[in-house]
Amino acid sequence: MNDITPIATTTAKDWASDQEVRWCPGCGDYAVLKAVQRTMPDLGVAREKTVFISGIGCSSRFPYYMASYGFHTIHGRAAAIATGVKLANPGLDVWIITGDGDALSIGGNHTMHVLRRNLDCQILLFNNEIYGLTKGQYSPTSRVGTRSPSTPFGSVDRPVTPCAFALGSGARFIARGIDVHKNLPEVLKAAHAHKGASFVEIFQNCIVYNDDVFASFTEKQAAAEKQLWLQPGEKMLFAGGTKGIALDRERLALKVVAGDDPEVLIHDPANRSLAAMLILMPVEGYPIALGVIYENPAPTYESVVVEQNKAAASGKTPDLQALVAKGQTWQVEKEPHRI
Amino acid sequence: MATATHLLTEKEATARPALEAVVVRFAGDSGDGMQLTGGQFTLSTALAGNDLATFPDFPAEIRAPQGTTFGVSAFQINFGSAAIDTAGDQPDVLIAMNPAALKVNAEALREGGLIIADEGEFTARNLAKAGYGVSPFEDGSLNRWQVVHFNISQLTLDAVKPFGLGNKEALRCKNMWTLGLALWMFDRDRAPIIDWLKTKFAKAPELAEANIAALNAGHAYGETAEMGAPFKQHHIAPAPAEPGLYRTVTGAEALALGLVAGCQLAGLNMFFGSYPITPASPLLHHLARLKEFGITTFQAEDEIAAVCAAIGASYAGQLGITSSSGPGIALKMEAVGLGVMTELPLVVVNSQRGGPSTGLPTKTEQSDLYQAVYGRNGDAQVPVIAARSPSDAFDCAIEACRIATRYMTPVILLTDGYIANAAEPWRVPDMSAYQPFPVSFFETPPAEGEGVMPYARNDDLARPWIRPGTPGLEHRIGGIEKAPGTGNIDYSPAVHQEMTNIRIGKVHGVANSLPDQEVCIGREGARLAVVGWGSTFGPIHQAVRRALAKGQDVAHVHVRHIWPMPKNMSVLLKGFEHILVPEMNMGQFKTVLRDQFLVDARSLTKVSGHPFRIAEVEAAIDAALSGPSR
Repeated sequence: MNDITPIATTTAKDWASDQEVRWCPGCGDYAVLKAVQRTMPDLGVAREKTVFISGIGCSSRFPYYMASYGFHTIHGRAAAIATGVKLANPGLDVWIITGDGDALSIGGNHTMHVLRRNLDCQILLFNNEIYGLTKGQYSPTSRVGTRSPSTPFGSVDRPVTPCAFALGSGARFIARGIDVHKNLPEVLKAAHAHKGASFVEIFQNCIVYNDDVFASFTEKQAAAEKQLWLQPGEKMLFAGGTKGIALDRERLALKVVAGDDPEVLIHDPANRSLAAMLILMPVEGYPIALGVIYENPAPTYESVVVEQNKAAASGKTPDLQALVAKGQTWQVEKEPHRI
Repeated sequence: MATATHLLTEKEATARPALEAVVVRFAGDSGDGMQLTGGQFTLSTALAGNDLATFPDFPAEIRAPQGTTFGVSAFQINFGSAAIDTAGDQPDVLIAMNPAALKVNAEALREGGLIIADEGEFTARNLAKAGYGVSPFEDGSLNRWQVVHFNISQLTLDAVKPFGLGNKEALRCKNMWTLGLALWMFDRDRAPIIDWLKTKFAKAPELAEANIAALNAGHAYGETAEMGAPFKQHHIAPAPAEPGLYRTVTGAEALALGLVAGCQLAGLNMFFGSYPITPASPLLHHLARLKEFGITTFQAEDEIAAVCAAIGASYAGQLGITSSSGPGIALKMEAVGLGVMTELPLVVVNSQRGGPSTGLPTKTEQSDLYQAVYGRNGDAQVPVIAARSPSDAFDCAIEACRIATRYMTPVILLTDGYIANAAEPWRVPDMSAYQPFPVSFFETPPAEGEGVMPYARNDDLARPWIRPGTPGLEHRIGGIEKAPGTGNIDYSPAVHQEMTNIRIGKVHGVANSLPDQEVCIGREGARLAVVGWGSTFGPIHQAVRRALAKGQDVAHVHVRHIWPMPKNMSVLLKGFEHILVPEMNMGQFKTVLRDQFLVDARSLTKVSGHPFRIAEVEAAIDAALSGPSR
């Protein structure tokens, strides 16, 4: 807390490790890696205090490419490992790197609990709607009908909406970004600035197994009409300001209106009901909500744990000898029998 | 069992030790408070200076339907003036609080033993629930035993009448009435129990007073009622023990204290991640109250998160510990493999219970030995230690912390439901006699132009422990195979072979820091070695003691270090003509011994959910020695 050592200024290069990056050429992961490496110098954090923790999957190779501390763990468990790291040393800046299979299928339980506990960390969920590392099986975010090696006739199970899962789990910070979009660093900065579990879904293109799955809103021609970049306190406008989002009071849902309609909503990230509607906006006829969708800070898990531990320990001396002799004791005085 | 604290006379060592010992079993409905009664009787017995061992035996259901046989909860205590190693083969006294308790427990009683029953509960309805057609008091079915029955329920109601409790609450004092009677029978002091009741019911003084009145009434009943010969006061002299300060301790308590001590000796804060499971949860409960020792307890969302968080904490520089029972350990094993691969210290405690699957949650077994030794994917060896008794769990916990931190490895510590719940007298250790093993984190940044070497090796083949937060030592670790030294991803053939050799060599090297395996009693090179591990210590020890008294050439070897085993183990075992391995599984340690040493180890197996009886081991010794000499 009273650490006055100035943090050395860094550049993006300082955050790149000496390891050769081994994603497929054209993978969206490269863009995210660059965005993170570019963002780190702006956060005023020290490399030695930064830990990237990942599970298993393509995106989970991420920590090897950062010149900070890194822990590439096991499938789905990054959030659980991160919880131990942060409780043991709350001074560390913890980033969790995960994917749709890692965070929402095998690790869904830990994602739910790290969010509801509100561990102070940044969770970057690389959503590509496919299992890349295992060669292209459909994932929990794949749309119904996804043909893959394991679903040759199309998947039949309905996908999970990551941000809706996060909101339902009690997340206090929910944002969305796109791998190659210039706004990603701003989203990352906002996530880092938030004290608590910051959940960021990044739409990431898998060029090999699920190419262009997000093209309907990411490709250049569609971007203006299909991307709603939210700004706190600003009107919800898109399509170059010609369209806006308003509340359809009859149906208790969102509707698209003209940009100059006085009913266009102002974005209030602390409004949970609004966040729920923005996250679940239908695909047809609507843009996709991007940027910081929800932010409503609460005490972080590790700070409350540390506080309670301190309070419980206060006034007590850690005397091991006294501890082992606790309870009702009796003294045996006489000499023992000897053989 | 307190063997360590007992120095026996020759006479005691050779006599049948049961002479000065009594086995009492309290049995009732799960709501009757039998565990509490047993626990308090244990305390008063310990304070009277007897050696003792207990065996709580309770159903998996918290409150099974009242009066049913499957809802019976029992607590057995064996106490005496000589060394006590087991909870006793057969009770001498059975206190049965209802027909079901009598039905379930009577057969265990030794012939001629004493039954004390609460006839107030022997109503037609309760008799039917227990499956009695007619009252067992009337049909002669209890003729093998001495039976006294009186209306404990009514006597309790009378005793607590002045306190104006409702009928239900008043009847709850029955267990204290019974305890009072038991205290009289064995000439015990009531004062500590009265103190305990006052503390327990500090917020409801009328309940404290009512329970004390019931306790006193039970005691007075024994003193004044003239019930004739079977029902008399016994005085069991204190057992000889080394001078010192004593307390009673259960395995779960000793384990908690040992883990605290282990972390203190290592100079580390403890991170304890756990998920509730029977019979392991008490460990979490004990540690959760000890925050002043730098302990963080974390009740995780599942077993996997519990071990993963512990690994994360170890990575960050605390000692990560996780605890569970067999089914939970199965879930943790992938993460234990991560601990092996990333070479981080981790202590995994398994309080074993009957398996497979959910198995027998509240019953004891030793059937997770294969799981501990072999149960991971890949060549992922970890040191395995087993505690033999409640008090031994203290030292084993310290040993687990020592090995985990010195060798940078997960360690599995095996205990079981019997040890976790059983109580015994424990000489309070002098903590200044324990050698600290302070951990030093690696904090020296590499010279200019050189890389960080997180997988460098010391003489023990352990790698440096580098905490995130240390400037200049930023590095990445993970579960993927890695190059020696740098730890960079590398799964080329030669590297995997080399790293596997190093990891296994490191674990085998733990044997270099272990004391030689000793023979507990009997001689090296005897005709028969009875080789045990874990909580079978008591029955094996007593059985071998009896065998020696009969003049048989037998020795007892009890193994704490299951993996790796002490270096003299091979020579020691090969010196015996026969090897008998009693264990509460279908022969797991026997397999390991055969595999490691090519010896003809034979099994004595038992998986009934109950510990071995001394007589069972005695019979197996006789059988093993009846064959021709080699």
